[in-house]
Amino acid sequence: MDKMLEIRWHGRGGQGVKTASLLLAEAAFVAGKSIQGFPEYGPERMGAPVTAYNRISDNPITIHSNIYEPDLVAVADATLIGTVDVTAGLKKENPIIVNTDEDPKVIKEKLGFEGPVYTVDANSISVEALGKVFPNVPMMAAVVKVSGLMSYEEFYSLMEKQFQKKFATKQNVIAGNLKALEKAFKEVKSSEEV
Amino acid sequence: MTGKQQKVSLSGNEAIATAMRQINPDVVAAYPITPSTEVPQYFSAFVANGQVDTDFVTVESEHSAMSATIGASAAGVRAMTATSANGLAYMWEVVYIAASMRLPIVMPVVNRALSGPLNIHCDHSDSMGAKDAGWIQLFSEDNQEVYDNIIQALRIAEHPDVSLPVMVMQDGFVTSHGLADMTILSDEDVKAFVGEKDYTGGLLDVDNPVSMGLMDLQPYYIKHKRQQVQAMENAKKVILDIAKEYEELTGRKYSYFEEYKMEDAEAAILVLNSTAGTAKYVVDLLREQGKKVGLIKLRLFRPFPGQELAQAIKKVKALAVMDRIDTFSTWGGPVFTEVRNACYGQVKDTEIVNYIYGLGGKDTDANDILSVYQDLMKIVETGKVDCYYQYLGIEE
Repeated sequence: MDKMLEIRWHGRGGQGVKTASLLLAEAAFVAGKSIQGFPEYGPERMGAPVTAYNRISDNPITIHSNIYEPDLVAVADATLIGTVDVTAGLKKENPIIVNTDEDPKVIKEKLGFEGPVYTVDANSISVEALGKVFPNVPMMAAVVKVSGLMSYEEFYSLMEKQFQKKFATKQNVIAGNLKALEKAFKEVKSSEEV
Repeated sequence: MTGKQQKVSLSGNEAIATAMRQINPDVVAAYPITPSTEVPQYFSAFVANGQVDTDFVTVESEHSAMSATIGASAAGVRAMTATSANGLAYMWEVVYIAASMRLPIVMPVVNRALSGPLNIHCDHSDSMGAKDAGWIQLFSEDNQEVYDNIIQALRIAEHPDVSLPVMVMQDGFVTSHGLADMTILSDEDVKAFVGEKDYTGGLLDVDNPVSMGLMDLQPYYIKHKRQQVQAMENAKKVILDIAKEYEELTGRKYSYFEEYKMEDAEAAILVLNSTAGTAKYVVDLLREQGKKVGLIKLRLFRPFPGQELAQAIKKVKALAVMDRIDTFSTWGGPVFTEVRNACYGQVKDTEIVNYIYGLGGKDTDANDILSVYQDLMKIVETGKVDCYYQYLGIEE
């Protein structure tokens, strides 16, 4: 990567958006990158809008501020559209990924965004794989795919190791998260597909 | 580099707790306050897991946290605590006592705005409020530096020529809660670097009985204050000696301040903590456009390296000192005041201006910093200053 990758995450308190930014940073770190993963702290309440950020680079990162012109935006909760300006500062050549079961063209319309819109039904994927709504891991998979940050194989193996560390005593959680990750990677849809 | 090092990804608070685990102090007494709460939280897990043999004292307030730390340190053992903002304010009277009793306590302060209005986010009003308490103060740009500063702080504090407490700062949330890649030393290397605590001279050294914290009347109080100043003066050499030793171990260089691309700079910013990193990013951008800009990142605020700073400031035509706190003097922030004072009679051809920024966590991004450099370049060009003291990034 020639350039630093800057990602902005939107979600609601409890959906694991902060965790997603930290897990993605950790995965990129293990892959040898310089990383930052940090949430924007506000009133911490379940369901309130939450923002988190990632910077990932091959070179040391010295900048310390929020991200206003992201290279990619990930929205873990489609109900934020219309409430939070999720495309703020997003240039039309840069992608936005939304967790929804709706068609990317419909979301593109709703967002009024000229650039590429990707969707993944992270809620259904996580319910199927884990029995609960945890959209963060499928969203991470979509972010890795759309950004081209690393190959699917590398990402899968890094995440497998992380999950084994994090959930050492819960083998079914590891298997479920990996299944969610695999499925999400396959099922990302683009508004630009004909 | 002689040390065995490992790349890790840690938040700033994890970095502090890791340094504390490797130091393995005899006593840690702490009371939680955002955004430093995670420091005793992570550390308590190390205690529970048997990774340290520290006596961990969960007190009922910050005043008690500092008092218990003072008690332990006076007894002669290695004692630490951590705090932020109103927690530091609540410690106030005992913070001064720790310094006047010459106790080598190391305290991480995770910078947060003092209330009111109530705010949990970063500025430097907490540690700058304590600048005259007699503690050595080290500031840290990022997770790496806060880790490195904690380890060096212990040696500085305990050096027999110094024997003073040290506060180590980092920006609340910005670095304390941000995950970043950094390098840590092996436990063995840290253990060897900090060495064994010399337990002689403390209250528990029954063969050499002493009294501490006594009433100090008119003939002596002023002498003891003069001795505190002497210890601060001595600290300046010790800080450099220990930085050199640490550099041999880690390859990472520390001094009173860092000069970034200052060799031929005409305009420079002087700033502390995480914003220095953002300023480096902007300096690189402007350098690509051929602009002669640089940065001075102040690490040591107490004692104040005035003479050395004046030498560095002389090189530029315009300097912006950035303060993440206001003094309400209407004459500028504390760093500005100290810098201009240090330059009096030493620096004649440099315009020095002040920006108050980032109070209560207001985000300061690359565009904000860019606007400061643009103002400075205009001063260099025209030789005129419109305003010596202003707020950055707010509509007035």
